[in-house]
Amino acid sequence: MSERWTAGRVVARGNLTGAILPREGDIAMRLTGSEIFLKCLQSEGVHTVFGHPGGVILHTYHVLLDYPIHHILCRHEQTAIHAVEGFYKASGRTGTAIVTSGPGATNTITGLTDALMDSMGIVVFTGQVPTAVMGCDAFQEADVVGTTRTCTKHNFLASKTEDLPRIIKEAYYIARSGRPGPVLVDLPKDVIMGRAEFAGYPSAVSIRSYNPSVNGHPGQIRKAAELIAAARRPVIYGGGGIIHADASPELTEFVNLTQIPTTLTLMGLGALATSHPLWLGMLGMHGTYAANMVMAHADLMIAIGARFDDRVTGRLSEFAKNCKIIHVDIDPTSIRKNVHVDVPIVGDVKRVLTQLNAEVAKCSRDWRSDLEEWYGQIAEWQRAHPLRYQQRPDGAILPQFAIDEIYKASEAHDPVVSTGVGQHQMWAAQYYRSRGPRNWLTSGGLGTMGFGFPAALGAQAAFPDRLVIDIDGDGSFQMTMQDLATCVQYNLPVKIFIINNRYLGMVRQWQELFYGGKYSQVDLEVQPDFVKLAEAFGATGLRAALPSEVRPVIEKAIATPGPVVVDLVTAREENCFPIIPAGCALKDIIDEGEPIPEKLFQGWR
Amino acid sequence: MTDPKHYRKHIVSVLVENHQGVLARIASLIAAKGYNIDSLSVAETLDPSVSRMTLSLHGDEWVIEQAVKQLHRLIDVIKVIDLTDEEHIGREMVFVRVNAEPANRAEILRINEIFRGRIVDVTPTSYTLELTGEEKKVGAVLELLQPFGIQEIVRSGTLAIARGSKSLPKREEVRMRVAGRKQATGE
Repeated sequence: MSERWTAGRVVARGNLTGAILPREGDIAMRLTGSEIFLKCLQSEGVHTVFGHPGGVILHTYHVLLDYPIHHILCRHEQTAIHAVEGFYKASGRTGTAIVTSGPGATNTITGLTDALMDSMGIVVFTGQVPTAVMGCDAFQEADVVGTTRTCTKHNFLASKTEDLPRIIKEAYYIARSGRPGPVLVDLPKDVIMGRAEFAGYPSAVSIRSYNPSVNGHPGQIRKAAELIAAARRPVIYGGGGIIHADASPELTEFVNLTQIPTTLTLMGLGALATSHPLWLGMLGMHGTYAANMVMAHADLMIAIGARFDDRVTGRLSEFAKNCKIIHVDIDPTSIRKNVHVDVPIVGDVKRVLTQLNAEVAKCSRDWRSDLEEWYGQIAEWQRAHPLRYQQRPDGAILPQFAIDEIYKASEAHDPVVSTGVGQHQMWAAQYYRSRGPRNWLTSGGLGTMGFGFPAALGAQAAFPDRLVIDIDGDGSFQMTMQDLATCVQYNLPVKIFIINNRYLGMVRQWQELFYGGKYSQVDLEVQPDFVKLAEAFGATGLRAALPSEVRPVIEKAIATPGPVVVDLVTAREENCFPIIPAGCALKDIIDEGEPIPEKLFQGWR
Repeated sequence: MTDPKHYRKHIVSVLVENHQGVLARIASLIAAKGYNIDSLSVAETLDPSVSRMTLSLHGDEWVIEQAVKQLHRLIDVIKVIDLTDEEHIGREMVFVRVNAEPANRAEILRINEIFRGRIVDVTPTSYTLELTGEEKKVGAVLELLQPFGIQEIVRSGTLAIARGSKSLPKREEVRMRVAGRKQATGE
């Protein structure tokens, strides 16, 4: 905790407290909703919350000063939610945010949707106008439960103070169990200011309508093992579910047992060490050539905690046409949603992999020699189409080179790495080459620009002593950069590297490749001076404009205490390859230097 | 993957927690996912904390499987059963207000009798019929009444129950609850 935070806290207490809190022994254990809420958070083990106060949630913020809960005041509710997501994904602990009603609550919608798409276990508490005036268009009223119904895993309206302990218990349970997701609790002002008996935080939770299955069906496990034992061209395709289930060791064991080549989605990166000999690289739209060709030619896909997103499958009618699919997922709706599945296994990825490992261990197959031909084919693809870039010493800084240098300079620190959304995100996925599980924070499903910086802030709050890096785009960073103030206030020493091409790079790339090179609204002609900007917030600003400056500047940033913004001025019109154009089949993948087929043109000529 | 050629009608029973906002959750889901629903009816069950919904929707195998799973994923949904391929009884109720000119009154009454309906309201110029039956039967009655001039119809949407001794909430539980209530009321 920073000096600054502690000081602010003491001053505020002197000014504010005393009026509302009951004297000890006053009304025995009849507590206000705010007190019950905060006691419940304590029992839930919540030490850090992110948020922003406002009118109807004032009472809770007033009481908050008397609880040992570290509150990080974000400068926008959207960043508070992304910070909570970063906190959750990096630490595995359910994240918590508190915001006010109306605009406070509606500002969380992007974050909630992002969290829903990427299965982030977070709980968001929103203030609400008093129950008596709900529905009357009161000041700062919004129908939050209604608005967030489809962007949360579940939401609650607390209508009575005495319901709070049960609702809070259920909220945390639902957020982290099964397929994790965001849960919202709407707290009307009269509910948090009213009093009720508090008999303690419930020790158990029982929701008759919610019992996510955990173990895989033994019969299905056996069927899967049979398919695996018979496959000649198998591939393991893992996703974010492995990270959420902390099943990286089980996956590694599975890969070692079966010797099956493995690829991971953007969300799954980190689940298998990149040094593993069977690692194929990421798959999907900007995945490696080899990983996508393996998917296109496999006779068996073992999908684990992944959901066959369109960025992975390409054109569905061409996907897995002559391929059997085993699909392990905790969410039954993910199975047979987009593609046919031969052996569905619903269950917790960690448990199912443990069961599956036990089953394949019984199999007396000589995996390596059986898959020899397959390995040979894969090696050929890898040789012909590696990830590559060519940095000229006197040319403009290539973004790939910049990220490669960030990787080389920081790898030894085992950092948490976050990204925004766009070209830099894909290059970071390709060129930040090693990472452990939970060390990679990126917005996959929703593709939320502006995610990277606040997510890094949240991860840093979870791990104050670790190196946390945000590899960001100049466009993405400008969406949430106001929270530099938050980083400075709480001394969260995030290192932000802006891959600055002064373009909305990914959109520009599509306009170049698929819209005849007509650039529409992608040139960020006017930009802040990011070095001065950092200084204006009280952070450190650095810049590199030449390839030779890149490494020293990165090293200096890592060595500098406190938050640092590094402006890496890069080549403007570099394109991200390989690319599977939207709507194309995997085998239509286009590598660097290959022509773009005329049929992919999407504009007017 | 879905193909309208393979669309067919499904009757899905859904047991849900009987609290505020649950209907809205189901409706939001159906709207967001674009499922085609023909009717939806809801009411409390023997257990007042549980409501039962009967959804009539059409789609191919993939759509229906997803719809059932998606419904089940909602936290407030206790149970989802697709009754379509099980032995079940499906009925719909309809009110029809039809023009009844003196010359046609006898004929309308005859149709009503054939279909075992009831006349629930009479004016000098109209009859209001109450009819219950399978969707086909309701359709046939409406077709027969069409020539007289139908002023208004109100349909309940399909209600369905499985045949035999199986029931959605386990029969045992229901018996216990009924027994409990009888004891409580001194019956």
